[in-house]
Amino acid sequence: MKKQLLLGAEAIALAAIDAGISGVYAYPGTPSTEITEFIQQSDVAKQNGVHSKWAVNEKTAYEAALGMSYAGKRSLVCMKHVGLNVAADPFMCSAVTGVHGGLVVVVADDPSMHSSQNEQDTRAYGRFAYVPVLEPSNQQEAYDAVRYAFDLSEQVKLPVLLRITTRLSHSRAGVQQQAARTQNVLSPSTDKKKWILIPSNARPNYAKLLDLQPQLAEISETSTFNKIVEGTGSKAVIAFGIAYNYIMEIKQAEKLEIPVLKISHYPLPDKKIREFTQKYDDILIAEEGYPIYEELLKGYFGNAKFRGRLDGALPRMGELSPDALAKAFGVQHKQLKVIPKVVASRPPMLCQGCGHIDLYDAMNQIFETYPEKHVFSDIGCYALGALEPYDAISTCVDMGASITMAKGAADAGYHPAVAVIGDSTFTHSGMTGLLDAVNDGAAITVIISDNSTIAMTGGQDSSASDKIYDICKGIGVEEAHIRLIEPLKKNLQNNIAVIKEEFAYKGVSVIIAQRECVQMAGEIKKTSKKKSTDKAVSVK
Amino acid sequence: MNKNIIIAGVGGQGILTIAAIIDLAAMNNGLHVKQAEVHGMSQRGGSVESHLRISDAEIFSDLIPRGKADLILSIEPMESLRYLPFLSDNGIIVTATEAYKNIANYPDQDNIRAEIEKSAKHMFVDASGLARKAGSIRTFNVVMLGAASPHIGIGIDQLKSAIEQYFFAKGEVIVKMNLLAFQAGFENQS
Repeated sequence: MKKQLLLGAEAIALAAIDAGISGVYAYPGTPSTEITEFIQQSDVAKQNGVHSKWAVNEKTAYEAALGMSYAGKRSLVCMKHVGLNVAADPFMCSAVTGVHGGLVVVVADDPSMHSSQNEQDTRAYGRFAYVPVLEPSNQQEAYDAVRYAFDLSEQVKLPVLLRITTRLSHSRAGVQQQAARTQNVLSPSTDKKKWILIPSNARPNYAKLLDLQPQLAEISETSTFNKIVEGTGSKAVIAFGIAYNYIMEIKQAEKLEIPVLKISHYPLPDKKIREFTQKYDDILIAEEGYPIYEELLKGYFGNAKFRGRLDGALPRMGELSPDALAKAFGVQHKQLKVIPKVVASRPPMLCQGCGHIDLYDAMNQIFETYPEKHVFSDIGCYALGALEPYDAISTCVDMGASITMAKGAADAGYHPAVAVIGDSTFTHSGMTGLLDAVNDGAAITVIISDNSTIAMTGGQDSSASDKIYDICKGIGVEEAHIRLIEPLKKNLQNNIAVIKEEFAYKGVSVIIAQRECVQMAGEIKKTSKKKSTDKAVSVK
Repeated sequence: MNKNIIIAGVGGQGILTIAAIIDLAAMNNGLHVKQAEVHGMSQRGGSVESHLRISDAEIFSDLIPRGKADLILSIEPMESLRYLPFLSDNGIIVTATEAYKNIANYPDQDNIRAEIEKSAKHMFVDASGLARKAGSIRTFNVVMLGAASPHIGIGIDQLKSAIEQYFFAKGEVIVKMNLLAFQAGFENQS
């Protein structure tokens, strides 16, 4: 079969289909979104009935994937790094239950925070849960690692974590496909002790997980994902994941004789590491992420022979690059051209004609009449309201935090406590906070800026579509204080009046500011979305 | 054979069309390809770039090292300057002349032009003018590909057949229009 040019994310998706998954579960998040999208668009996946609908959040996704595994079938669950925080509860506990059908967890980290609020390293979660971790360095290896991960998962009966980073996920290269295999048959697990984690079961299960650790290290020892590339030099490198590419680039381009130990399979292969580190007195630890293994290898009191992010040989934060590795090896750059001063920065911004803009215009005008402006916001396109000329929001922390932080501020006595949250972020993690506010009678105004799509990640289906009004009503927000507005220039005065009224109200109010995403409007106007908009606006 | 190309523009301008056509041509030739893209937040009107690497040997890094790019192919003049540290001594800038002004402090265009002229070998392309002549402003990116084609390391005919392949599903009219656009760019010597 001919090689196909695929993004790292797509290579993972194709491999999962070929490995015989029965379902993928995910919530969109850069840089992981394209994995699930590829499976949604795959004819083969469709023919084989592979489940691929978006989940409400990463926790529900993870639990559904675990349920599919319980039923004996293979499942894939994908998320961005911070998504694993949301799914951390089932993730940690699924290491204690173990799996039945193969379960592979793909987490895409975003070092340098291209589209994220932190750069946490998912490999730490792998250690935390005591599960095997694979960290492919390139697209072909990503493809191969997925098939291998499913085999490993079914062999050791554990979820296997596959960690990638932005650069691999969003870069294309030729990928050779393997023969596809069929899905597992339905065969629900009958081992109740494995799945019922009451303490009397959890203790022996956890002991079993700990007992398994030497075997996992032994498997890493012979894994083809960990390998040595010989070199006659005295300065060596242990390169983890994609860092391998950068050191090999330098080695090739500068013709350096650098011995390299590549690690793409954890837990660490103890013997390989021991032998390699004993041979050299100067070892660069190159990790794409936190200096997790650098810290471990250096030890608490330090060991000067290990260089890396902790001693400044490599940058302390941000993604690695061939240039960072070259610098660590003292490769002198010739004079580089410089960016002329005339070049202005061009940050991302809200699209022309975006409904969020009209919402923020209305809010900004209202806040001119207040001594202070504090707006608790959330994760999504509307976070771009932080930038000039809007300067419309005060916070953006994690999914759903707008509502609960507004509530906390209201509890502290601040008024008006205003939250701005998107439709999909609301169903992801906002609903529970709204229930807190209702139960507490907190004086907050929640503005749900509903563009009926998950816009920032490219327009995926929003779980909230058509449901927001009913959800708010069901949670217990008084209907008199569930208001609908359409953020359009021509409605500005009316919208200001509605928002003002609800700011003044000393209880829970919700304003649904509904206008279709301008990016999506052209594409989906004719379809069912149109009908749903009509229906929602008519509720009043 | 070894080419490092930075394709630059603004999110939404469609630089990935150019990358996809070069990718196709390179794959058809049995060459190794790596092409890093920008997805996510920056796609909303921010600066975006693609690192495209083609070689007859294995390519390791998805990112081009600084000072190693042979070509900066930019579909926006100011954006062509943003990646200068990547350009090699002998590298060339091929850029469209039409500014994309979605920021309030967009600099004086003459200053940008002067900096480009000062910085490296360069070629300016009136891509929108040539695209309209070819039949549609939407062929803008293919005009730019045509203009840069002598610096890509892949034969003109092979790039043309990649264009045919890329637009095949859109029908003969679109294919012809894009081939015309490519040719117009190729013949551009301004």
